[in-house]
Amino acid sequence: MALEELYREVILDHYRNPRNRTALEEPHAAAEGVNPLCGDEVTVELTFGGDVVAGVSVRGHGCSISQSSGSMMGEAIKGLDREAISVLSRRFQESLTSEDSNSESEFGELAALQGVRRYPVRVKCALLPWTTLDEALSA
Amino acid sequence: MLDVRQDFPAIAAGAGHFLDSAASALKPRAVLEAMNQFAGTVYANVHRGAYRLSTTSTELYEKARSRAAEFIGASNPDEVVLCRGTTTGLNMVAAGWGGEHLRPGDRILLTVMEHHANIVPWQMVARRTGAVLDYVGITEDGHLDRDGFVRKLDLQPRVVAFTGMSNVLGSIPPAAALAEAARATGALVVVDGAQLVPHRPVDVQSIGADFLAFSGHKLLGPTGIGVLWGRPERLEEMEPTEGGGEMIANVELDHSTWARIPHRFEAGTPPIIEAVGLTAAFDYLDEIGMESVAAHDAELTNYALKRLSEVEQLRIQGPLTGEDRGGAISFTLGDVHPHDLATILDQRQVSVRAGHHCAKPLMRVLGMPATARASISVYTNNEDIDALISGLEEASGLFGI
Repeated sequence: MALEELYREVILDHYRNPRNRTALEEPHAAAEGVNPLCGDEVTVELTFGGDVVAGVSVRGHGCSISQSSGSMMGEAIKGLDREAISVLSRRFQESLTSEDSNSESEFGELAALQGVRRYPVRVKCALLPWTTLDEALSA
Repeated sequence: MLDVRQDFPAIAAGAGHFLDSAASALKPRAVLEAMNQFAGTVYANVHRGAYRLSTTSTELYEKARSRAAEFIGASNPDEVVLCRGTTTGLNMVAAGWGGEHLRPGDRILLTVMEHHANIVPWQMVARRTGAVLDYVGITEDGHLDRDGFVRKLDLQPRVVAFTGMSNVLGSIPPAAALAEAARATGALVVVDGAQLVPHRPVDVQSIGADFLAFSGHKLLGPTGIGVLWGRPERLEEMEPTEGGGEMIANVELDHSTWARIPHRFEAGTPPIIEAVGLTAAFDYLDEIGMESVAAHDAELTNYALKRLSEVEQLRIQGPLTGEDRGGAISFTLGDVHPHDLATILDQRQVSVRAGHHCAKPLMRVLGMPATARASISVYTNNEDIDALISGLEEASGLFGI
């Protein structure tokens, strides 16, 4: 597969212009994720209005895959309730790690990350923001 | 330029453009065959049996010690401790010498360009003894700050430990001059030779340090074996960090006495097959000649520095010229993250290391969490460098820089 499939424009856009970078003053849920192997870092902070995500902050540094994944994740979970977020997180993580995946359509922009499936060592980069999100929600 | 690629089966098997020799080097057939031959014929445990196989194995194991001594110019094989590698060697010195002799407030002087293996063991012993860590910085062009080093010596460090060649910057500090100045103040001098010994002729007499540690696997030898050389009087001052079989003179129920040096530092069954492989690696390198290895390294380093400097937005971290530097070349390319670079290069069978290179304090000094690193060995050639450059150009295209 051509590298263009991995480094799609939308990924580079989110890498260079990450969304939701501003720290939240009083987050209701937060977690920090690190990949000690490569040093990539992601911080996830959330505020809720009732059960629904009202504010999101995703910050960090690392490769284009981990950082764009975090940026797209922040956009994708805005306005979702806890249940919907955990379903999305589980399904998205499965889509990158399971043998067969034909669920691109449900992920919108995030589908751009499906290219990473062909690069096993990079899958963990795409997953880092999501496992950090899971941790924030379960804390 | 050396032409030894045919000696390395991994290259024929598809290793591609392997530019990560600073992490671990490929093995020549001579090393693989020596280990295989030994393990399949006269192999037995060492220093124990009175039978023929054990005697032969012991002779071959001890041969590695004497070859190691020859290889680094040590006057006596008893100055050579065979251990697991550089990390183990440095830990033995930090815990075994430092643990015995460091007192609260004693200073341990390191440099900011050390590998974690020459930082963390000292932090551990500092915590135990109350000693304090101190660091020498680097200059703008990626060399050790020699003026800073001299100033830090005024503070009378008890230990001075530094790398013979930075695994990130490639810079080669003047080990002999540093050791002489440090020893003049009464400090124990420890050199991390992991990157230096595989690439330059090394003579412990002319360096004049107290300890030198290096690994077999970066020296075209097997994993799991390395060398700690020490001045005999310093080895005598060092406590063993592992107890067990082989390292004792006598064992009673409540106490034991140690074997003579260097055996007191080699508890348990040692890496015997690996020792035979290490001997073969010394033989292989000596056949090429370490002067030729160094010349090859220098020529390719200069070529790589030149080609890399022609790539738009590429920034080399470390000396830009071949002077006082070896073939470990770290760089960044625009805003492309080093892990992305490594993936892109991998598609062209170019293997580079990306990350912090086990030197996080140095990465902080450089102000970046990661770099990509290409490194050179005897089997590296111009085509490997050319493939690297083509891959970098592709990365520039993909990322639109």
